[in-house]
Parts: sequence; structure tokens; C-alpha cells
Amino acid sequence: MELYSMTGSQLAGLLAGRKASPQDIVSSLSRRAAAKEEQVRAYVRFEGGLESIPPEGGVEGKSPLSGLPVSIKDNICTRSFNTECCSRILSGYKPPYDATVVSRLKKAGASIISVKTNMDEFAFGSSTENSCFGPSRNPWDRRCVPGGSSGGSAAAVAADEAVFALGSDTGGSIRQPASFCGVVGLKPTYGRVSRYGLVAFASSLDQIGPITKDVRDSAMLLNVIAGYDPKDSTSVNEPVPDYTACLGRPVKGMRIGVPKEYMVEGIDPQVRESLLRALEEFRRLGAVCEEVSLPHTEFAVPVYYIIATAEASSNLARFDGVRYGFRAADAGGLHDMFSRTRGEGFGKEAKRRIILGTFALSHGYYDAYYLRALKVRTLIKEDFDKVFSGFDCIVTPTSPTPAFELGEKSGDPLKMYLSDICTISVNLAGIPAISLPCGFTGKGLPVGMQIMAGHFKEETIFKLAYAYEQAVSARERRRPEL
Amino acid sequence: MEYEAVIGLEVHVQLNTSTKAFCSCRVEFGMEPNTNVCPVCLGLPGALPVLNRDVLSCAVKVGLALGCSIQKRTKFDRKNYFYPDLPKGYQISQFDMPAALGGEVRIDTPGGEKAIRVKRVHMEEDAGKLMHEDDGSLVDLNRAGVPLLEIVTEPDINSPEEAYAYLTKLKSIVKYLGVSDCDMEKGSLRCDANISLRPKGESRLGTKAELKNMNSFKAVKDALFCEISRQTEILKEGGSVAQETRLWDARQSMTFSMRSKEEAHDYRYFPDPDLTIFLIGDDEIESARAAIPELPRQKAERFIGEFGVSSYEAGILTAEKSDADFAEECFRVFDAADKKPVVNFLIGPLLAEANSRGCGLRGLGITPSGLIELVLLVQKNIISNLVSKSVLKEMIDGKTTAEEIVKTRNLAQISDTSALDGIITRVLAENDKSVQDFRAGKSNAVMFLVGQVMRMSCGKANPKVVKELLERRLADA
Repeated sequence: MELYSMTGSQLAGLLAGRKASPQDIVSSLSRRAAAKEEQVRAYVRFEGGLESIPPEGGVEGKSPLSGLPVSIKDNICTRSFNTECCSRILSGYKPPYDATVVSRLKKAGASIISVKTNMDEFAFGSSTENSCFGPSRNPWDRRCVPGGSSGGSAAAVAADEAVFALGSDTGGSIRQPASFCGVVGLKPTYGRVSRYGLVAFASSLDQIGPITKDVRDSAMLLNVIAGYDPKDSTSVNEPVPDYTACLGRPVKGMRIGVPKEYMVEGIDPQVRESLLRALEEFRRLGAVCEEVSLPHTEFAVPVYYIIATAEASSNLARFDGVRYGFRAADAGGLHDMFSRTRGEGFGKEAKRRIILGTFALSHGYYDAYYLRALKVRTLIKEDFDKVFSGFDCIVTPTSPTPAFELGEKSGDPLKMYLSDICTISVNLAGIPAISLPCGFTGKGLPVGMQIMAGHFKEETIFKLAYAYEQAVSARERRRPEL
Repeated sequence: MEYEAVIGLEVHVQLNTSTKAFCSCRVEFGMEPNTNVCPVCLGLPGALPVLNRDVLSCAVKVGLALGCSIQKRTKFDRKNYFYPDLPKGYQISQFDMPAALGGEVRIDTPGGEKAIRVKRVHMEEDAGKLMHEDDGSLVDLNRAGVPLLEIVTEPDINSPEEAYAYLTKLKSIVKYLGVSDCDMEKGSLRCDANISLRPKGESRLGTKAELKNMNSFKAVKDALFCEISRQTEILKEGGSVAQETRLWDARQSMTFSMRSKEEAHDYRYFPDPDLTIFLIGDDEIESARAAIPELPRQKAERFIGEFGVSSYEAGILTAEKSDADFAEECFRVFDAADKKPVVNFLIGPLLAEANSRGCGLRGLGITPSGLIELVLLVQKNIISNLVSKSVLKEMIDGKTTAEEIVKTRNLAQISDTSALDGIITRVLAENDKSVQDFRAGKSNAVMFLVGQVMRMSCGKANPKVVKELLERRLADA
């Protein structure tokens, strides 16, 4: 077995037994990427191979991540290495500081892959088609998108071009691509992982999380990146357990809610089938599955697109050409410089969202849109609170469909927005959720299942996800060789 | 028709906390441009603000000192607009949940005391600075993120003089609290004014103009006077005032339209999702209250009661805390119940000198006991009032005491009649006409003769003794 095809925990075992060196691992990944990048395009600014930024001094203790390389989405700041959010407006931008997650990884002894993973510009999208570098491809079927916005991270992990990767999730951007690419993606509880150094899309929804080959790696990575950060006022000072400790614990008697609102029309029949089979598996493991209701689900997409775009319109105001990144040439004055820089620097979807958000916040419309959306957001949260008072987890499809083809939805933003219909509520409620593979379509595309739990109940999620993964050996069907 | 001005003021006070409002850069000025910055105050992608809790305690202190109710829940909002000195494209400010609401500042007007209601006190961050050069404009972000308090009045001010009095009182209070040096020239205090006119007796507000770019309290007063006459003229001709923002040009003593209501920004305020709601606990409020020193108003009242000074004098002496402390020390050193002789020195020559040097009383290098030594020399008739002024001048510039100056310069008053007799004899001989006048009944003539004796004695003669001696000699002859 090649090093590149192993999971993080397998590699950690080899490192511990001195059967491989950190350099062997990076070289193996680099050879793999050199061979496959032309087809996958998981990384941006890729120039023939992968290099890693080694951890710098002050490595704290012995961590299972020590010596392992982590791939990073292009919207997470890496000191002195390009962080451009796959947007022309940040072209050439090299942050002078590391995001808190990056410095935590370095302190744990992990190395950072110096080229970043592809994404939709500023995380605006569900397919990576909005990247200024062009789309990534789904390793399971190159005609299909890898999902988005963390499509590059998911594709890199699925194509064995990365051991594991970090993504960011504002409305499903970790889980949906994980589901499309047949890997494991976790969106932690809002406040669990520091957002310091994550270029903000929608600050009240954004959360960084791991994209990995299996559940154990997900827990391993969360162990390192989770925790209170005094630099992020929204991070929560809640103790971080060892998330790998709960793996393998019995799930007998666990109560699983299956919301009826997620199993209605619009769900691909094969996705529905896969989920029903998964529920059967849970029952076999001794869990109890019952139908529950999240009655405000239908408002999640409109509420999300008001709140997320409103915050984005303000978060993206700093890209004005004054201090860093792209500046339009030959501007005729201050206003001309601002508008031409932003006009030429942002892609179509970014402009669409800035305009939507600006409108939602503008005088005379604020109450009708933004304020109302905040109120409905509270109702959506309360829906979850009610269900979690009687259930440990909620299980749904991650996406109503498997990976779609490139170009299939890029002309129709509304259709694209609806691709996040199963994942958005989780961000609005601030709860954690994972996507893990639960089967394949007839054409061999992976299908993902989503497990949600209450605030800071990541352990509950890992326990159930791991039990399922062990029971069905989710990677039973090998990805067709690229 | 007679019009009444309705004025509201928005004052920005720069806080002297040790670090900036949302990052750990120091609050420091005069450094190389763009050296006192970090990812947070530069607004770099991914950087996040964390509130400096000292800013909150400053807001609580100022709120309490102005008699506001402190809001137990407060939050920050984003004020969105594009400008090169605003690195994030929005300013972190407070919109609908400010730190403090509803207070007042009492000012003295010719018609008596008047309360100017304070609507709100809120926290926000400062922007950077633009420097315009011939070949372009430069941005210095050292100031970006420095904490400010905005203190907004209700439209309770009815004249430029009242506006001036309000600003003076507010500055005095804020300086007493020690949260800002309130120097308008250095930009640590800034003031914008909203002004409209309405027919006297009318209760509805007219259309207002917002005035900006005033660099001193006097400029605020001048700009308001100028705006009142501009609006009066418009209204008298039957026109209507346009709602707009106008800039004061001190050189031309005129205001100019900067932007109309239509061009006004829509700031799209919304709660900053990077900052949570802040709860201000009772303990926090109480410890802020405990840290508030005696404020000018209470101190003035105490001075009146304890030292018998007039309310006018108390007002002057307590305007600056360090001056008030100096005055109080003087009063304590000076044993007599009647402090008038000390007050006269303080308010007269000393404050005049301090003001002309732009320093406080303490900056003159005279100690309270040194001053009282001088006061006592006058009281004991050792030197005259006139001589005391020149002694004081020497004390200010030199290091010596009043007694030493009097001794070395031989300034002691001559009250010895035998010493004065010779001079008086000479003066009477040389001023025969005045002597004749006196005898003809012009009693004023004696004052001229006193003056001559004083002149010949180089001011050292005791005028009271001289007058007595002169009157006796004139009567004798």
C-alpha cells in the first residue's frame, strides 16, 4: 500500500514505528499529486509537486499529528504563503500571520502543505466553479463537480493527494463536498474552533473543520484545532475532550431523530435509499430511529441567504485596493479606484452576494429582511433544541443529490443555492454535524449522510459515525482509478 | 419674526487607555506612520476584534459622571462606508444599544443655570489619518482602532455661547475622570454640531444642518454664529433650509456645503457578528463609580462652603482639576478664615500667567506655601500690592522665595516716618501747585502727591502711611 493512500492514523502508526519519515509521506503525496493534479485540480497555484512548511520550534508535547502534512483551504491564512480565497481581488496576498488553526497544527508538530486547496471564490458556491483558478473535478467522476465551497480540500483527500485537509463551512461547505467526494467532513459547533485567520464570509455562521478519509482522522484533527482562542471573541471557553476516546463505544439505545422535512420530494431516490439503509444499520446496532419534525426547515434557505449575504457584504468591504491584493490600474480617482478594483477583482457570484446583502441591510429594508431573518433564525434554533431534548442525534442526507455535472447548475444560482438545503440549518443553529459516506448511486457516485447533534456534542456524533463506519466498511467500493 | 436656534452637539473623546479598542497595539502618538499597527487594526483578512475591557469602564465612568443610566447589556454594530482611512470598510461603533443613556451637563447662562440633556454615550473605534501630498494621498493607520467615546446631546442648546459653555463643562468633567486629555488641537476631542432655527415660541424643529471641521471651541462658536445668520437670512427671505452637512472654513469664516441629504451615506448598521453582547455587572458599575473623583461641580460647591469663595470664583478655580488641587492646598496653608487675598492672587496674576503660558497653576513652579509666603508679606504690610506683582513675576521665573526676593532687591515697604519725611519735604517743595490746590479745597490733590512720593521711593513707600503723613504736613503748614 502506498503511503499516499493511507489514513492519518495509519501513517501516525508508521511514523511511531519509524517505518516511514515525515519526508517520505510528503514525497509520496507529491508524486501522487504530480500524477493526478492535471485531472483533479484540487490545489491552486500548483507547480508540479507538493512541499510542506515544517513546524517551527516550540512543538508542544507528542501529538499523533506530529510529522503529518495537512492541506489547507485557500481562505485560511498561512504566514508568508499565498492566501487568496481563489479571488482575483486577493491575488498575490501573503498574510503576515498564521490563522490560529494553522499555528495549533504547527505546534502539534504537523506540517502544512504550502499550496492551498481550491474553493469557490470567498466560499461563495457549492461546486468550486466560482474559483478564479477554475473548477476542481470530482475524483469519482471527472465530469462531476467535487461540491463546494471546500471542493479542493475534499477532492484532494478523495484523490489521495492529501492525508487530510481543513475546510470551512458556512452553509455546508465542508459537508456537501465531503458527501460528493465520498470522504468525511465535520462542521464543529460554532465557537468550538477559532475563526481567527479564516477570511470571513459570514462571521456568525463560518466554522473551520476537518475533511478526512475516515472518522478517526476527523476526531484526531479536531483534537488539535479545537479550543478557546482569546483572539476570537466568538470562540467558546469549553474544555476539549479527547475526541478519539469515544470511538468504539456502544451506540445501543442511542436515540436518532429523522426529520420528515428532509425526506420529501426533491431528494434523489438513490440518496433516499442509501439513507434508509443506513437507518437500518443504526437499528441493527441497537439505536432507536424515530421520525421527528423541524417545522421551520422550509425557511432555512431564504433566512440563510439574507444573513449570510448581509454579513458578507460588510466582510468584503475591506477589499478596496488600498492596502493589499489587486488594484485596478489607471484609476481616475478615489471612487473610480474603489469601483474598478471591486468591479474587476470580484467574480460574478461575489458581486451578486454583495449586492443582495447590501440591499438587505439598506435603510428601509433592514427590518423587513435582516431583522426578520434573525427572528426566524431563532425559531430554527428552537426547533433543534426541542428535538435534542428527546434525541441524541438527527440523521439526514447531506445533500439532496449526488455530485452533479460541471455546468449543470452554474447558470442557475437558485438551483445551486438549493443544493445546500440539508446543511444550512445546522449553521443557522450553530450545532455540529458530520457528513460521512453511506453508499453509492448506480453510476458509482458516493452518497453522504449527515449526523447532527446538540451544541458541543461532537463526541456523540463521532461515536455514532464511527460505529456505522466500522459496521459497513464504508469504503467498500474503491474509487475508479484516476 | 424672531428665530430661536436649536443646537445639538456630538462630541468625540479619544480615550487614553493603554491599548487600542480591539487589539493590543499601544495607544501612542507621534510614531513613524504605519508602525503602531497589527493585523486587527489594519483590517487584514481573517483578523478579528477583541474588546479592550478598559474602554467599557471608561464609558461607564463617563456615563456615571454625566448622570446617565448605564446599560447592563450593550453591543457593537458595524457602520459601513468606504474610505481609505477605514481599513475594514466599516467602523465598529454602537447603534441601538449604547453603553449609557440619558444624562445631563449643567451650564451657567446669563439667565441662570441650565441643564443640557445628554442623549447617549457610546463606544467606537477611530479611523486612520490621510496625508495629502502633491503626488497623491498617503494613509497612516497608527490611529486606526484607538478608542473613542461619542457623547451626544439632546437639542437643548439655544445659542453659540451655550454650546461653548457646554463644551467647556464637558471637557472639564472628562478631564477630571482622567480618561482623555481632551485636547481639541491634538484631535483628542472633536465636535460636530447640528443646528436648525425655528420661530420663537414654536415647538416643532426646523430643518437642520450638520456642521463639521471645527478645530477649537471658539471655532464651534464662530461656526454656529455664522450658520445662524445664514439660516436666518434664508428663512427671512421665505426660503427653506436644506438638510445637509456643511464644513467650517476657519480662514474664510464661512461654512460650505459638503453633501446634501440625498448624498448622505446609508451606513447599513447591523450588529457586529464578531463581537458578542457585553454584560455590564453591578460590581463593574460600582467599581467605576468608586473610581470617579470629586467632579468640578461638587468641588465648586465645597469650595464655596468651605473656603467662602464666590460661585464665580469657585467655577474658575475648579475648571481644571490640577488647578483646583493647587488652590485647595493654598487655602489649607493660608490660616486665615477669609481666603480672599489668596483668591485674588490665584484668579488674578497667577491664572493670567498660566493661561498665557498654556500651562496649569502648578506649571508655574511656585509651591502653595511659596505663594502664601508672598500673600503674608502683603498682609503684614512688608510690601505693597504693587510690589507683590513684580515679586510674583520673579518667583515664577526664578527659584527663590518671596522673602529672599524682597530682601535682596530691598523691596520692603518703607513705613518708617522718619525715612519718609525727607522725601515728603522734597515732594512738597517741588509741587507747590498741588499744595495750593489742596489748600484751595481740592482734596484730590493729595493723591497726586502720594503718587509722587511713591515714584521717588521706587514704589517702596507704604502708600497708606504716606497719605497720613502728607495730610498731617499739609494741615500743619
